Amino acid sequence: MLKTEEQKELEEELKLVPYKKAATIEALKVVQKHRGWVSDEGIKDIAEFLEITPDEVDGVATFYNMVFRREVGRHVILLCDSVSCYILGYRKIQEEINKKLKINFGETTSDGRFTMLPIPCLGTCDHAPALMIDNDLHRDLDSDKIDSILEAYK
Amino acid sequence: MEKPLTQHIKPNEPPMSLNEYEKVGGYKAMQRALKELQPKDVLKIISDSNLRGRGGAGFPTGMKWSFVPMGDNAPKEKYLVCNADEMEPGTFKDRLLLEGNPHQLIEGMIIAAFAIQANKGYIFLRWAYKTAAELILKSIAEAYNAGYLGKNILGTSYSFDLYLHTSVGRYMCGEETGLLNALEGKRATPRAKPPFPQVSGLFGKPTIVNNVETLSFVPHIVNNGAEWFKKLSLTGEGGTKIYGVSGKVKNPNTWELPLGTTMREIIFEHAGGMRDGLKLKGILPGGASTDFLTEEHLDVNMDFTSVGKVGSRLGTGTLIILDDKTCPVGMLHNLEHFFAQESCGWCTPCRDGLPWVEKILLSIEEGDGRMEDLDLLAYHSKELGPGRTFCALAPGAVEPLQSSLKYFREDYEMHIKNKRCPWR
Repeated sequence: MLKTEEQKELEEELKLVPYKKAATIEALKVVQKHRGWVSDEGIKDIAEFLEITPDEVDGVATFYNMVFRREVGRHVILLCDSVSCYILGYRKIQEEINKKLKINFGETTSDGRFTMLPIPCLGTCDHAPALMIDNDLHRDLDSDKIDSILEAYK
Repeated sequence: MEKPLTQHIKPNEPPMSLNEYEKVGGYKAMQRALKELQPKDVLKIISDSNLRGRGGAGFPTGMKWSFVPMGDNAPKEKYLVCNADEMEPGTFKDRLLLEGNPHQLIEGMIIAAFAIQANKGYIFLRWAYKTAAELILKSIAEAYNAGYLGKNILGTSYSFDLYLHTSVGRYMCGEETGLLNALEGKRATPRAKPPFPQVSGLFGKPTIVNNVETLSFVPHIVNNGAEWFKKLSLTGEGGTKIYGVSGKVKNPNTWELPLGTTMREIIFEHAGGMRDGLKLKGILPGGASTDFLTEEHLDVNMDFTSVGKVGSRLGTGTLIILDDKTCPVGMLHNLEHFFAQESCGWCTPCRDGLPWVEKILLSIEEGDGRMEDLDLLAYHSKELGPGRTFCALAPGAVEPLQSSLKYFREDYEMHIKNKRCPWR
């Protein structure tokens, strides 16, 4: 079952849509906000609340890359791997993070501190290469800056 | 030089509050439209201005609005949606307007919604634009407090509610009908057209989807008139354009310039030219899904018609520059990896074709390519082209591919003959 807090937030969303199913994406956002990711249990909880099947919820959940269907670390590093960041050398940044944290795309550090994911474009191509950690954008990256950036996330 | 869209945007400063915006003439166009004009008058001004959609396709805005059913027999519920998804790689121009002047966009949306008599609107915002999200929410709240949003705006009979929807990713959300499916809480697959969204869009109701830059122009055109707008451009198409440049240039950034400014001026004057020691090798003029152009095209005017004439598209007007020290095959592999990944899987040519293209490019990049592979890439360029898929993703994906085969053929062949990447 959805937690009380999750239900409350979702009730607000339901006021804005013509029928419950239309709030599927909002529900996934709410659950991810509270639980960090969307587990099978989270999918079932949403389905029950919106009165649709778990498969319908999962069909939507698995479509969107910002809905995490696997557990992620406390902080998610989203490293842009799109064209402008390719030209400006995102791969060097990826290697640097890999060297420091021993994780590649799709992996989580053993202490559960970081997950690194590739992200298609952060819309800050004039400051490539760029990455985002949680809600913070870091731009004009070079390998030397990575240490001090990571340091801020415990 | 007039810069209507960015005149009140100062770099690294927060955008104007509602009060500040009103002091420089903000919300006057909205007041005039709602109190003095009929919806058809607003439509006429916009149609006369020849404003064309700034999201990439360049469809005439007035014509789009004119398809919405109007009058007593029209559906009571209609929607206006602002496409602020800006997922095209290499594109960062709407961010400037969203973070720099959200009230300009909100005013444009109220006027546009009034013109089509929509009572509900959404700003569909890319998830990564966290700052913009905060600023938009704050500005919407200010507009509600001032009585510019909500029931009976300015004491008229017109009501309009505006909501912010932040996306959860995927390139497909930038596609008009995919975006509408996402707003309905579904997978962002494209819809068959017809029916067009103007007749049957969000929740089956008439819906207009316009880009941020397009809607931000609306207050200025209502204030200053269609003729004023037409005179802003260097060529016949009307208005200014937010251009941007990324890649290894000295000063990558965004600028508001007259529509039709040449690529040479944008790249060499505004972006400061190439970084020292680098030469320009190729240009994607309007985002990842546009055909490559090269040095010989530098004097082409960046407007819809002129860029079209030399075989590419204005697209989003944000140029991605390929330099001579970056491998074009590697860049293509990067681009097609993106398109293959973002294919929604709805239709076969795109779902199966793009990963195939990606694999071929990788093998060439790694030195395992064969000459026949170039024919295979050319074949895909045709078979994934316009008319074979539901939406524009695959046709867009093959635009840089087909043009790279034309302009960088020698580079492909060198990879294949030498069995390695010459840039490594």
